[in-house]
Formats: sequence, structure tokens, C-alpha cells
Amino acid sequence: MSNAHEVVEKNVGLMIVLTLIAVSFGGLAEIVPLFWQKATTEPLETLEPYTALEMEGRDIYIREGCHVCHTQMVRPLRAETERFGPYSVAGEDVWEHPFLWGSKRTGPDLARVGIRPITEQWHREHLRDPRQVVPESNMPAYPWLETTPVDWRHTERKLRLFKDTFGVPYTDEGIAEQVEKFQNGEWSEASEEDALVAYLLSLGRERKEINP
Amino acid sequence: MSNFWSWFIIVIVAINLLGCAGLLLWNNSISAEEAAKETTGHSFDGIVERNSPLPRWWLGLFIGTLIFACVYLALYPGLGKFEGMLGWTSASQYDSEVALVERQTGPLFEQYAQVPIEELINYPEALAVGGRLFANNCAICHGSDARGAKGYPNLADDVWLYGGSAEQIVTTITAGRQGMMPPMAAAIGNTDDAVRDMAIYVQSLSRPDVANKGSNAAAIERAKPKFVMCAACHGPDGSGNQMLGAPNLTDASWLYGPRLEDIEYTIRNGRSGHMPAHENLLTKERIHVISAYVYSLSHKPDTKGLPSP
Repeated sequence: MSNAHEVVEKNVGLMIVLTLIAVSFGGLAEIVPLFWQKATTEPLETLEPYTALEMEGRDIYIREGCHVCHTQMVRPLRAETERFGPYSVAGEDVWEHPFLWGSKRTGPDLARVGIRPITEQWHREHLRDPRQVVPESNMPAYPWLETTPVDWRHTERKLRLFKDTFGVPYTDEGIAEQVEKFQNGEWSEASEEDALVAYLLSLGRERKEINP
Repeated sequence: MSNFWSWFIIVIVAINLLGCAGLLLWNNSISAEEAAKETTGHSFDGIVERNSPLPRWWLGLFIGTLIFACVYLALYPGLGKFEGMLGWTSASQYDSEVALVERQTGPLFEQYAQVPIEELINYPEALAVGGRLFANNCAICHGSDARGAKGYPNLADDVWLYGGSAEQIVTTITAGRQGMMPPMAAAIGNTDDAVRDMAIYVQSLSRPDVANKGSNAAAIERAKPKFVMCAACHGPDGSGNQMLGAPNLTDASWLYGPRLEDIEYTIRNGRSGHMPAHENLLTKERIHVISAYVYSLSHKPDTKGLPSP
């Protein structure tokens, strides 16, 4: 046996390069091809872009850290689909930036909460005081959402960003319509609770037809 | 997956496996005895570092993982487009898991479906199944103990908005219900006093003691004629109408609270309650079993002369 390994052991720069090459194999084989796979780059046919109200609701969801305790990823296991709804597929997350799959379920998965038999009124009461409707719940209350108006200042830019950068099929007319709705129309007085509930009720609609 | 990416993955995997194998062979190309004579040239306080090969047992394990990887890649999808000899997919595994449970529980639900709900409450196993389904589908609003919450009916008492017969429960779950009380303040005079009078009157329907307090008797006298406006749904005597889901005001059960303020709020703003339809979410057989569970909460099972299920 030669002492050839000495070359690597005594040369930190070379060792770093070789380590990076070794480590990159996994990513090259498992991650890189996904950027060119139909299953991960093509949206489901039933997928609809978020409305401006839902988009703001999603940002409130992120701001309040909902994704820390709630996942949005139903695994293909019967116990999960029985409880939450159809399992998640890659095509429903093509327009999600960032995705909100989460990694910890302190609360239940929410990927299908919009197609569960839960009313809008329930969501509102539950956000204001979870224990009012679920006595065992350990979820914090979010009563201020009801009285805080949605901050619409950046909404138009967000929609344009999603259209131009992420290829979400908004149209200029569509965006103008949305802007009209929150500037002068039905959403001009919307509270953050309205936005968050609209977002929650949108979750899973693209998989509605999968139910038995 | 295009051919390019398929081969891209296959080549990387092959390089990886061959690279590891080559490294091991190279390491193994010398016997331990010979290696024992060789040193790395390092010497610390007279202690010499030998250039020994890897321990054999460790080498054996590594070779084992390489063999495992080859077998795994032959059986399961991993090499680009190659689907693996087992034809396994996560979707097919899910489908077979569902099918298996369906095979196991299907006959059971079938069997329960043959038993009328009024009798099914005598089968503890059916109620256990119903309880689990209730916990998963109904408890979020009606509570894990089925005792409801403000605005969400208590199912464990024998007070029913839309009727508590087995058939009516099945209809409620299957098609849902939409309860709707319009704001009534305008219809009864539109003043704070008129609303308060009516609230006192409504409260007195289930609590005769209310009438004896202070000036309540006069308030009741003032409100009574205006109750005509309420009678259309709640009935002239306030006993409600299950066809409309109008609550009975003469019992002690209050969906939105028993306090005067609660009743005033209801009169002023109306209420709407929505029970979602479940026909697209649950099979008929499951609704049957859940209905039996709900029915059992307010009906005692007949423990005499049970037929065994």
C-alpha cells in the first residue's frame, strides 16, 4: 500500500475540492434533474393563481409563523388522507414561492383545509379564540387580525413579481381588476382576518375532485 | 423523464458506486502483515504511526452496503427511467394500502348498513367506529365530547334544531343545513327598549322566574304582542319549528347563549349557522355509522336480548 493518501491528507485545499465533489453526487442525481421534470415544473390543470386577497392572506400566514406549527404536505399514507384529504403532489406547488410545506405538526396539516367541511365562520371564531370552538386546542389566539386592515401597498408589485419572475399566469387586465377590487371595490375595507380566512379556504381547492 | 436526465442520473450513480468499489479495492490490495511494516513516517515521542489498511470488518460492511445498493437499484426505481423489477411506486403502495383496508372494513360497514340506526346503537363496536369517524369529521365544530360550542349545536342532549330521528340525522349530515335568523330589531320597533323587552320576554319563556323580577312583567306585556313577528318561525308559543330549524325558545338549551345580552344580540343582528353537506366527503355507509353514534348520545342502548353482530 502506497502513501498516496498523504497527498490529500496534507493538502487541505485539495481535500475540500474532493469532498465537495463527493458530496455533490447526491444533489446532482436527486435535485438537479427535478428542475427539468414535468411533474415538478408543470402546474396541475386545476391549479388557480391566488387572488390578491388570498396572496395577502398567505403573507399573513407566513408573518404569523403558521407554518411553524402547521404543515401543508399530506403524505401518501391512508391514515393521512383519511384525516386531511388527498395526498400532495408536486404539480400543486409550482406557483408556491416560497413553499409552505413545513416540517412539524404541532397543529394539523392544512394543505386541504379549504375543502374540509369547515365553515368560514368557524375559521373566524377559531382565529379570534381557538378555545371557544376547540376547548383542547393549544393554538395561540390571533384576535388583532380582525381589527387590522390589510396593508395593500405592495400587493400589485407582488402579483407582478409572481407573473414575471415565477411565470404565474396573471394577466395585466387580471391584475388591474384585482387592484381595482382592493382600491375601490369589495376588498378596500378587508381586515387581515378576511385575507387569512380567504387564503385558508383556498387551500386544497385544486384537489377537490379527488375526494371519494 | 427525458433520456438525457435518465442517463445523467445513471452515470452519476455508476461513477459513485464504482468509485467507492475502486477505493476499497485499492485499500485492500495489501495484506495486513505487509502493512504492519510500513509507517507514514510520523513519529511522536518515539511512537510511530503505521500505514495500516482499513479494518476488515469495516471493509466488509462497506462492501455489504455496495451490494445492497445494487440490489436496491435493481428492485426499486432509482436509476433514471428504469422502473425497477418490482414496479413499485408510492402511488401504487398507497392504493394497495387503501384497498387492503377497504377489503377489511368494507364488509363491516356493509353489515352495519343492514342494521337500522335505532338498533345499531346496541352494537358497541359500531359505535366505536362511529366515534372515531365523528372525532375525525365532526368534532372540530361539535367538540370531541359532541357537546358543541356557542353556535355549534350540542349533540349529546336530546334537543334538536332539525329533528333527532335517525332519518333526520342522516339527512342533516348528508345534505347539510343552513340556519338563518334575519335581524329582527326593525320588525319589533327598532328601539333599544323594544329589543330589550323582547329579549326579556324570550328569556321568560324558559324561565318563569324572570317575569317576577322588577319591572320585567311590564316589559313582557309590551313585547308579547310583537312576538307575532317571531312566531312565523318560532311558533306562536315559541316552541320552534324543526322544518325550518327554528330553535325551541321554551327549553333551557341556548345555541348562542342564555344571557340577556346574547338574546339581544341575536334579535338585533340575526344569526346564521351552516352545517356543511358531507355527501361528497363520506360514503353512505360511513354516514350511517356516524349517525348511529350521534343517535346513541341521546338514546340509551337496549341491553336486553342483543343479537350478536
